Amino acid sequence: MTLPSPWRADFPAFAAFENDGITYLDTAATAQKPQAVLDALQAYYAQGAANVHRAQHRPGERATQAFETARSKVATWLGAGSAQEIVFTRGTTEALNLLAYGLEAHFKPGDEIVISALEHHANLLPWQQLALRRGLKLVVLPLTPSGHVDLAIAAERIGPRTRLLAISQLSNVLGTWQPLAELSQMAHDQGAWVVVDGAQGVVHGRHRPQDLGADFYAFSGHKLYAPEAIGILWGRPEALTALSPWQFGGEMVKAADYHQSEFHAPPMGFEAGTPPVAAAIGLGAALDWLSAQDEASLFGHEQALCIKLWAGLAAREGVRVLGEPQIALASIVVNGVHVADLSHMLGEQGIAVRAGNHCAMPLFKQLGEAGSLRISLGIYSDSTDLERFFMALDNALELLR
Amino acid sequence: MTALTEEAQAALDAFTTANGWEARSRLLLQWATRLPDVETRRDEDLVHGCESQVWVTHQRDGNRNQFRAGSDSRILRGLLAVLLARANGLTDEELADLNVHDWLHQLGLERQLSASRGNGLRAVVERMKALSAI
Ligand SMILES: Cc1ncc(COP(=O)(O)O)c(C=O)c1O
Repeated sequence: MTLPSPWRADFPAFAAFENDGITYLDTAATAQKPQAVLDALQAYYAQGAANVHRAQHRPGERATQAFETARSKVATWLGAGSAQEIVFTRGTTEALNLLAYGLEAHFKPGDEIVISALEHHANLLPWQQLALRRGLKLVVLPLTPSGHVDLAIAAERIGPRTRLLAISQLSNVLGTWQPLAELSQMAHDQGAWVVVDGAQGVVHGRHRPQDLGADFYAFSGHKLYAPEAIGILWGRPEALTALSPWQFGGEMVKAADYHQSEFHAPPMGFEAGTPPVAAAIGLGAALDWLSAQDEASLFGHEQALCIKLWAGLAAREGVRVLGEPQIALASIVVNGVHVADLSHMLGEQGIAVRAGNHCAMPLFKQLGEAGSLRISLGIYSDSTDLERFFMALDNALELLR
Repeated sequence: MTALTEEAQAALDAFTTANGWEARSRLLLQWATRLPDVETRRDEDLVHGCESQVWVTHQRDGNRNQFRAGSDSRILRGLLAVLLARANGLTDEELADLNVHDWLHQLGLERQLSASRGNGLRAVVERMKALSAI
């Protein structure tokens, strides 16, 4: 059965890939951008760029308005109470670092931060380093064989000393949704903050961070069909007030003197310096584009691709899928075949997939694997992509075995 | 350019007649078996900057450099084999002058050296030059 993507034609990159003989299956690393996003970037610059919040001239007003409109679109997308809950950052990584510095003053030696064993380095290292700075204990929640946080063990490890739980919504390696409702309940019962890394989760379906039990939710524009260098930190209003500023400079300051200053409340107080205006506008355009698509068809298309992907992998001898993926993303290892060799053979055939530890080195140590090959699809992916991948995989395995 | 060693000439002859990625890959897998492997895998011989682990050791044979290298990846072993085929037996001066990019280009393997390839061949070349300079 062929599964064409009705959205593919909206993404100009695929014509270029077709010319170059490239099959793009690395969407979890970064997604391609629809024409609507390219148009928004082009229009912003073509009409005259200007800095935001600073200038009284017309282009400045226009840029500021477009930028703030983008913030409102993000608020709507996340079902936030107001645009004031949306802080623009450069990406998930920056949002999580903002939190690790912004909340630092609340931690005392001996307090505990809880993470899971599958965290991306972006949701591990900021907390690890905070723990080292402040003499905190970093507690790691182990996984079940399916690739989900083990709730029974979590219930033992999330305790009265827990001040913060930082957890991925969706694993970038295993493609598994984490049990956020249960985990956030456990954390909130102890009065801890819940930080959700939504970098992968935000791309699959629409989620209200509030409904997930999050106090903070971070994601990156570039994985959500928008440009790089724009990311979002959403915070519950009360949680946002707990943050201290972490980067200082223009725009975030209300009144500055040589020896002391007063800072803006969030979001402004956390947006020091000139923000990525065009990228924010691009993110707004990506959300407009996504909102205009039928959610059920998007979901249905992804599910159909998943089934085809899983079936194809299951049909190949010696191919092992790590965990039990729930979306169109799978990490595989092949018995007796080095992942670098597989990756080489696929690369030679124009298959763009990712090999390695996917910025989750400790997880791979835990799994006892040197690395994996990750195949990840987007709404523009179609059955031809999968057929090409499987043909290339068969060629590769034939050469290597 | 220094004259090619016998081993280097053999690599050149083999790879210039290989047409297409499949033939090249097969050749790399064959050459993998010719790689002079390190005797023991010691942490201090690990080259950082590779997604796959690579070990490199160095010895002098008179004024000639001799390298050994190991990896679990067969393709990487093949690439290391053609690299060492060119570099082994060279003097320090010859090694310093060796243009690895040109060499791999002659073999049709230049893409393997690009910065975004996770195989870390670049880091290996740097390590080799550093070892010979000691
Ligand atoms: C789960 C997860 N968290 C965080 C990140 C970091 O995102 P960025 O590099 O856009 O800051 C990624 C991206 O690879 C990710 O997959």
